[in-house]
Amino acid sequence: MIAMTTTITKTTAPGAPAVLPLPERTARITTAAAALATALTTSLAWTWSNDFPGELTYYGSPAGLQILTLVGGILTLLLAAAGLGIRGLQWLTPGGRNAPVLLAALATFAATWFTLISIAVQLGGLVNLEPGGFLAGATSLITLVAALGLPADHTPDTPPAGAWQRFTTSLAASPVRSRTRELPGWAEILIIAAAFAAGLLAFTYGIDTDDGAPFVGFLVFMVITIPALNRAGLIKRLTELTHAHRGPALCAAFIAAASFPFTQDTDQYTIIGANILIFATVALGLNVVVGLAGLLDLGYVAFLGVGAYAAALVSGSAESALGIQFPFWAALLTGAAASLVFGVLIGAPTLRLRGDYLAIVTLGFGEIFRIAMLNLNGTTGPDVTNGAMGIPNIPNLEIFGFNFGEPHDILGIPVATYGNYYLLMILVTAFVVLVFRRAAASRIGRAWIAIREDETAAIAMGINSFRLRLMAFALGAALAGLAGTVHAHVVTTATPEQFQFAGPQPPNSAFLLAAVILGGMGTLSGPLVGAALLFLIPAKLDFLQDYQLLLFGIALVLLMRFRPEGLIADRRKQLEFHETGQLDVPDQQRLPDADATIGVTKAKA
Amino acid sequence: MTTTTLGTTTGTVLEASGVTMRFGGLTAVRDVSLTVGSGEIVGLIGPNGAGKTTFFNCLTGLYVPTEGAVSYKGTRLSRKPHLVTQAGIARTFQNIRLFANMTVLENVLVGRHTRTKEGLWSALLRGPGFKKAETTSEERAMELLEFTGLAHKRDHLARNLPYGEQRKLEIARALASEPGLLLLDEPTAGMNPQETRATQDLVFAIRDRGTAVLVIEHDMRFIFNLCDRVAVLVQGQKLVEGTPDIVQADERVIAAYLGTPVENGNGNGNGDSTAETAEEASKTNTAETAEAADEETGDTP
Repeated sequence: MIAMTTTITKTTAPGAPAVLPLPERTARITTAAAALATALTTSLAWTWSNDFPGELTYYGSPAGLQILTLVGGILTLLLAAAGLGIRGLQWLTPGGRNAPVLLAALATFAATWFTLISIAVQLGGLVNLEPGGFLAGATSLITLVAALGLPADHTPDTPPAGAWQRFTTSLAASPVRSRTRELPGWAEILIIAAAFAAGLLAFTYGIDTDDGAPFVGFLVFMVITIPALNRAGLIKRLTELTHAHRGPALCAAFIAAASFPFTQDTDQYTIIGANILIFATVALGLNVVVGLAGLLDLGYVAFLGVGAYAAALVSGSAESALGIQFPFWAALLTGAAASLVFGVLIGAPTLRLRGDYLAIVTLGFGEIFRIAMLNLNGTTGPDVTNGAMGIPNIPNLEIFGFNFGEPHDILGIPVATYGNYYLLMILVTAFVVLVFRRAAASRIGRAWIAIREDETAAIAMGINSFRLRLMAFALGAALAGLAGTVHAHVVTTATPEQFQFAGPQPPNSAFLLAAVILGGMGTLSGPLVGAALLFLIPAKLDFLQDYQLLLFGIALVLLMRFRPEGLIADRRKQLEFHETGQLDVPDQQRLPDADATIGVTKAKA
Repeated sequence: MTTTTLGTTTGTVLEASGVTMRFGGLTAVRDVSLTVGSGEIVGLIGPNGAGKTTFFNCLTGLYVPTEGAVSYKGTRLSRKPHLVTQAGIARTFQNIRLFANMTVLENVLVGRHTRTKEGLWSALLRGPGFKKAETTSEERAMELLEFTGLAHKRDHLARNLPYGEQRKLEIARALASEPGLLLLDEPTAGMNPQETRATQDLVFAIRDRGTAVLVIEHDMRFIFNLCDRVAVLVQGQKLVEGTPDIVQADERVIAAYLGTPVENGNGNGNGDSTAETAEEASKTNTAETAEAADEETGDTP
């Protein structure tokens, strides 16, 4: 054993520990070979019965959960091969070399064994597994064991004491090397496009999986694979590329998102997609208020409600008190304007408060909205909203003769009702993204951030704090109202119960705030990612029923403990929460004397 | 209006008359008058708790003075702090208050807020005017960073700057609002002698750019080297005002800092810390400030 560790010492950085004492090269080759074998087993049948969701019974065609194992196996193979020094694969690991292999092997192992165990549990016994299944289990285990023999990417200051510490050391992140050669611009844009296409594929796979075990398998796989890509430095590299080509990157993201309905045959999942977009758009609006201006708004869903009710009233629904039908553009403007007015009305008295007081008052106003809508029912108040019944039968939108309720062939592919709404929402989301970006990078946006950072100093810089806070509040409200108008048509009813502070279904104030904080405050993509996760996971884990909120709570606590800056970290937030890992360490301090001479020359006059 | 203003008060940038600030029963600043002429560096010194920072806050509108008036270049100042900055008074803070999670350049750009007009619509529509204003603002900000010697750190987060540079950045940010009067609240607190000297040179350079400076400081050497005129604040009242030589020689100033010998007091040996003695001391001071006030009126015209 001592001999083995010395060989490791010779081949890599001195003293870099591995979890298992294997010779490094052997470990690497075994990992690669076993990963390839694991990928190949997915073309075998894992079970003989179609009772388990996903078609795992065919030879030669990986399907269902096998795809996770296939992707994981190939990823592990590629990463391990990059570690072997094969030319042309080096770009895969600009960060750590061994940590990503270990994580990818772990993801493959977890997905494979999860599948096998759920087959055995669901169908009642190991007898339901075909030889292919056992083979997949064995190869993925060998991959993991061999990957555990890879040395850590860097040597810790103190040698790790136990196996667990060696494991965590092996998973530690490494700094990302700078690029050795520049790619031509078109190639970089192509890479961005490919990355977004891969993202769309992953999303489509996830949303298309059957509820229950397959979706849990997908979640487990993604939760380990994304850190693997991160450790490999690929995510950082991609971020650099998207920063260098912002326009094309946004364009690619837009196209990838817009092509989602074309991958769907039925409306079963496009409705989830449309709802995710509504939720994400509102979350982005809230991000203006919370993330940029730093105003904690606990009643934000009320603005979505104002937009929805305004649109419902002018939608031409038979139950609408107004009984008029606006064309869509006018309804959109009505919803946004109503929310804006409501935002100003609520903001003007409350924004004189700071911090906790503002949060409490907004919480109150959110509930006031819901109860007011309940009471405007003709008996306890004027008949405007039809009370708890809400305004039902909101007709489908029709723009220039394009009826959203009917399936249409777009580019030869049939797109049904919710697909249509999804495409409409994509445009609304794109608009809100544009507004957010432009507002954030301007004099107004800087003033918002200044108020968030230090209000007294901001006032001393001549910023009219109240006015700017009101502006942020009103803008956020108008954006939510915009989303609310489409929301009314997608849900086809507007009831007070949709707009609560907290509840099991996503568009409520607590979930909106969670989406912003989970995703990353003040960032553009953070709330979008957070909202997508927060909508998708409850929608797909319906079988958990009452435990959903419990698990959600636990997940939120864990995330805030280990990644307080959110999934997509603002560079600023990252520095704020991780003081030691400073990305932006000031370079060599200038001597005070040098500064003094500058001053002196200026002062000589 | 403006012409008469210019005609009558040429040279006077700030005029505070009879400023009194009470917090409940506590009078933090009592009837303080002070003027700052253009191109002047005026110092404000006094023991801890003398009301210097409270007086500053009254000048910048963070506090609304209970009595008295503050006018800038002959125009009475609004009570809204952001309008005070707009009028042309900028300040720094005793305990540095930068926008810690913004970059150095962004901090200075925020300082330009009152000198730019682009609103939300302009930001959303991004017309040619917006781009032009942003470029100009950035140019001006970089100019100020060059001036304070921070240009090479433009993309660093303010929180990551060393202490001395944070002070400089705060000054650069204040200068970005193109002030006619800069209020510095203890700009050299916590600095070593070299840094203090650099700050001194920086303040001279600011004066040479045409900005009058009013500075609070505890470092006597710094203040007496720097200032054309020094006012001493003790227990909320102005004790004396004059050139550094006059102030340095004044026995009451020495007494305020070091305490009076026992026989000069009321013979009350154990009463040093009681409120009564403090009250009596302030009464004697009131008598003495009459003289100081004469001195001041002699100075202003």
